[in-house]
Amino acid sequence: MTTVALKPATMAQALTRALRDAMAADPSVHVLGEDVGTLGGVFRVTDGLAAEFGEDRCTDTPLAEAGILGTAVGMAMYGLRPVVEMQFDAFAYPAFEQLISHVARMRNRTRGRMPLPITVRVPYGGGIGGVEHHSDSSEAYYMATPGLHVVTPATVADAYGLLRAAIASDDPVVVLEPKRLYWSKDSWNPEEPQSVEPIGRAAVRRPGRSATLITYGPSVPVCLEAAEAARAEGWDLEVVDLRSLVPFDDETVCASVRRTGRAVVVHESGSFGGPGGEIAARVTERCFHHLEAPVLRVAGFDIPYPPPMLERHHLPGVDRILDAVARLQWEAEN
Amino acid sequence: MTVMEQRGAYRPTPPPAWQPRTDPAPLLPDAEPYRVLGTEAAAQADPELLRRLYAQLVRGRRYNVQATALTKQGRLAVYPSSTGQEACEVAAALALQERDWLFPSYRDTLAVVARGVDPVQALTLLRGDWHTGYDPYEHRVAPLSTPLATQLPHAVGLAHAARLKGDDVVALAMVGDGGTSEGDFHEALNFAAVWQAPVVFLVQNNGFAISVPLAKQTAAPSLAHKAVGYGMPGRLVDGNDAAAVHEVLADAVRHAREGGGPTLVEAVTYRIEAHTNADDATRYRGDAEVETWRDHDPIQLLERELTERGLLDEDAKSAARDAAEAMAADLRARMNQDATLDPMDLFSHVYAEPTPQLREQRDLLRAELEAEQEGAH
Ligand SMILES: Cc1ncc(C[n+]2csc(CCOP(=O)(O)OP(=O)(O)O)c2C)c(N)n1
Repeated sequence: MTTVALKPATMAQALTRALRDAMAADPSVHVLGEDVGTLGGVFRVTDGLAAEFGEDRCTDTPLAEAGILGTAVGMAMYGLRPVVEMQFDAFAYPAFEQLISHVARMRNRTRGRMPLPITVRVPYGGGIGGVEHHSDSSEAYYMATPGLHVVTPATVADAYGLLRAAIASDDPVVVLEPKRLYWSKDSWNPEEPQSVEPIGRAAVRRPGRSATLITYGPSVPVCLEAAEAARAEGWDLEVVDLRSLVPFDDETVCASVRRTGRAVVVHESGSFGGPGGEIAARVTERCFHHLEAPVLRVAGFDIPYPPPMLERHHLPGVDRILDAVARLQWEAEN
Repeated sequence: MTVMEQRGAYRPTPPPAWQPRTDPAPLLPDAEPYRVLGTEAAAQADPELLRRLYAQLVRGRRYNVQATALTKQGRLAVYPSSTGQEACEVAAALALQERDWLFPSYRDTLAVVARGVDPVQALTLLRGDWHTGYDPYEHRVAPLSTPLATQLPHAVGLAHAARLKGDDVVALAMVGDGGTSEGDFHEALNFAAVWQAPVVFLVQNNGFAISVPLAKQTAAPSLAHKAVGYGMPGRLVDGNDAAAVHEVLADAVRHAREGGGPTLVEAVTYRIEAHTNADDATRYRGDAEVETWRDHDPIQLLERELTERGLLDEDAKSAARDAAEAMAADLRARMNQDATLDPMDLFSHVYAEPTPQLREQRDLLRAELEAEQEGAH
């Protein structure tokens, strides 16, 4: 038997492949957005789709996010499965009216008669030296909107699996793509058949015994690095990658925290009113008697995303995570 | 009466003040972009103004070249060049009085600099040290806007406020062809027309929104035509003809200042460089097209006119070049110095008074920085 050499692919390539496979499998899948056609998207995620499937299936739209998502609503009403690309996190805001007032609640408004299978792809987050409005982490806004699923991959395989699942979903799904991981590679073999991830399950990326790092998206590799570094301090950290923020996998998260008794939530977006607050509250409600210390949060500061020259001070890095882990020695302190 | 009958009887009664424009013709733009250079109209142009425009064009081009070079040296994170569009940029700044306001889009650093802002401060957004490096009130220049078209309603609001206060201030708002598709563009035009706000909208139609050509952006005969539906005049002008752009903008500004309301100006131009240094323009356009536009270069057009009419000799040309060179040297020298940034400033201007939570975060960062310092020693 010959071993197939693994061809590492980037997250961006896996997303492209997911779009292509979804379009090939289902003629109702349409991609639309700014620069998605000829250019293949500013991150090249839609590269080749217009050539392969025609401009009616992969369409360069006028430059108007509200229009893109609003027309996607009508397309979905008529039986298509639109996948829209928002070019950058902060440029999705003009579409929030459509997202919040219609996309998220059409099923509910129509008592189940008009579900909207729309996928909204949003490259998000910082760490790429982008200028103003190119680095926002907007997950809290999406999470706070009932009716939306919100997923965010951290691995190449998940990028494929989650995007396929999003497109297949009969409900609207916001796929937050961590743009600083677009070029990250792992041993995903594009030649092999790929699995579609069910939406709503977290994954334990690294097992450990002394505390759980609960994280997602761009912070997953940072937490894995922190977990490695923490070994020197005698900490054996478990890293849970949420993958899906809505629905939230209480089961996997709580099973981990019950085992370790300590937890730190790590994300890039601000902590005040941010995802970490919700996660910490859920964990506390469900695991109170197992907790040896309060659930801590390591997050971005509560400031507008800073200019690139200062972003390293804003983004939660290994040191800040290790400091939080040290603070988990609650008993010793009190 | 049945509901249907009631409906049939219904006649909308317009509010008393509403006067439909019976003749939209005066609002319609010319069929061809308006030109001055190389036409008889050029004889009317003020030679002094033309020479000023020329010096500013040369300076603007040099600025674009220098800023692009700085991206290659890693001194600038990104630069959206306006090479080929300098006439629009320069005319925009020169059409305004000191008390007027400019609302630039992210590509409009040249207009900002031509308005008097320090060239280095105009670049902080793109260099990555601060989002806006200049005081908007000092030169009456709003921050460069990255989200497209979002600055347009601001311009309308400011102009409206100025008029309410009795000031004869005009706002000039700049947007790209792509930006005209955004809802904010439509809302801004509509507000401006309804309020008869003293605003001038300048669309630089450079053919592309990143990769998307104008034909995929609009089905209108021209972007200037969009004005008519809102009830304001639309003007179409050759965006590479500095004299024409200046004349049309100056007219529109005067019209607005005199209470005539807003104007939409479309300047037809071309983006010679890629969208930014991070963009690969060969994916969506061919060299031949770019070359055609190089032959319609705004500097050459003006230079030819001035030279033919004996308004520009070699001395004047080299004076313009020297001044531009000095500006570039200064820009280069100052951009090559490392920016001195205090990370603690992250918390300085989020609120007038930092929240207790921000103070906590500030203390955390201070402790981290101190630890870093100690570690370094
Ligand atoms: C609301 C919004 N959507 C998307 C973008 C991303 N983007 C930046 S520039 C650009 C194209 C702009 O084209 P145009 O308005 O023609 O101006 P030009 O770049 O040609 O000067 C796009 C899509 C943005 N900045 N803001």
